[in-house]
Amino acid sequence: MVRECKSVRSAYGKTLVELGKINPNIVVLDADLSCSTQTQLFAKEFPERFFDMGIAEQDMMTTAAGLACTGKIPFVSTFAMFATGRAWEQIRNTICYSNLNVKIAATHGGITVGEDGASHQSLEDISLMRSIPNMTVIVPADEKETIEAVKYAANHYGPFYIRIARTNLPDVYDTSYKFNISKALIMQEGNDVTLISNGETLVETLDCAKMLNDKGISAEVISIPVVKPIDKDTIINSAKKTKRIFTVENHSIIGGLGSSVCEVLSENYPVPVTRIGINDVFGQSGKAKELMNYYGLTSQKLTEKIIGQLK
Amino acid sequence: MANQLSALDVENLKSVSKKIRKEILMMIHKAQSGHPGGSLSAVDILTVLFTKCMKHYPECEKNSDYKNRDRFVLSKGHASAALYAVMAHCGYFNEEELLTFRQLGSKLQGHPCSNLLKGIEISTGSLGQGLSIACGMALGLKLDKINSKVYVFMGDGEIQEGSIWEAVMNAAHNNLNNIIAFVDRNKLQIDGSTETVKSVGDIAVKFKAFGWNTIEIEGHNYNQIYEAIENAKKSDKPIVIIANTIKGKGVSFMENNSGWHGKAPNDEQLKQALEELK
Repeated sequence: MVRECKSVRSAYGKTLVELGKINPNIVVLDADLSCSTQTQLFAKEFPERFFDMGIAEQDMMTTAAGLACTGKIPFVSTFAMFATGRAWEQIRNTICYSNLNVKIAATHGGITVGEDGASHQSLEDISLMRSIPNMTVIVPADEKETIEAVKYAANHYGPFYIRIARTNLPDVYDTSYKFNISKALIMQEGNDVTLISNGETLVETLDCAKMLNDKGISAEVISIPVVKPIDKDTIINSAKKTKRIFTVENHSIIGGLGSSVCEVLSENYPVPVTRIGINDVFGQSGKAKELMNYYGLTSQKLTEKIIGQLK
Repeated sequence: MANQLSALDVENLKSVSKKIRKEILMMIHKAQSGHPGGSLSAVDILTVLFTKCMKHYPECEKNSDYKNRDRFVLSKGHASAALYAVMAHCGYFNEEELLTFRQLGSKLQGHPCSNLLKGIEISTGSLGQGLSIACGMALGLKLDKINSKVYVFMGDGEIQEGSIWEAVMNAAHNNLNNIIAFVDRNKLQIDGSTETVKSVGDIAVKFKAFGWNTIEIEGHNYNQIYEAIENAKKSDKPIVIIANTIKGKGVSFMENNSGWHGKAPNDEQLKQALEELK
């Protein structure tokens, strides 16, 4: 099946422009990657409100903090690796401890960075961001969700981390979709097993659910774009129904969506959970799709793994 | 000359800074923890800045001109005791609260916390971040066409942090001539002399090479501090005031002794220190 894939990065850039037109306090910072992150669109439209900070992510994060102190709403973009890795302590100690209105929208998270290889593939960003108090963490799964998450962040006070997918993605939500910070989405109902995902792996998970259904396994699929604060009720209710959970994410199995789900269930309704993601290893070079396959994140590989585990 | 303090001003500053030194020592003694050395080296500059040079409003938002205030960032957040004592002197909060410093539930955290204490612009403490914060504030003020200054106070050991030099480049690149930075050049850090641990060398030459203006002063001389700040306000570029100071200034046994970077005086030592500051 061929589906139209859309550039969510370009959607991010266009949304920034739209927001910039409405709100003069929106400013954008990038660290020499504005062509990749698509903040260049904002730079062209509002050069006086765009700051290319050069290859200096620590300086960029704390400069954003200073801008926020003067009432600006900074969107800070670079690759997820450098935003959350290099500048983690600036985010923790200056942005989040002071609870500043800084929005970190990082691209190139996960294995799908592709050919650049392990040094650029952030498999830890969700883990790093969600462990900081005051931080909201969102992993959108398609163009529409990206646009709505970015708008939501612009209009709600506090630090946000939004992981903008590098790869082009098909629409996974229908036109009625509305972003809701406190609700996970039940994408399809099922009785035998619950699959939970977000971001670039959501479409694979949905396809996997179809394959499982074809084999007589009724799979419920839940999308959790907001990893923090997480919607506990939707997870617990589904666990009560299916009593078997699989999480799927383009991230290390340590500290991300899978860990978040385990935390909720172990304290509320313990059922077996299998975390599918990158198994505590570094990535490598390759095409995004090849890497998704190699690390077991395509719908076919997910289906094989889940059927194997259910036996 | 407008840039000079009167003899009366100097007398007042001497007496205020002496009071603040005593308060710092009592705060750190009460908490039995804190950073006397770098607080005492900073006192005179902070006192001149807050009482003579900086446009600020201890009543915060209640003042209709609040958005036009100058900003202050204590990049070397461990000198918090000095900042708190100066702020209390200016009326940000009651001086009696000073003795809650570093206690459970206090607004006066070990390092400044903006969510707890009104008047603190932003939380600091982790070194190397204040100058970038100042750059952000300076950019924001320029966007809003607000003519205020951003003062940022750094330690000399602190400039070993690489992020400081990212920010030095940032300020020059954006010509942030509304930034007035200080380096508290007390020449000591926890493990010893800055030049032994990791030499910071000629700080002025380094800042100049990055495109800044620089002024070097004796950081316990009120006239020099005042003149430097007033001149800095007219700078066409970002400017750094490198203040040669004495770590532990005012207490004989603390002066020039890195051992007093982060140690509280005992009862006897406090008594002696307060005696010296009479």
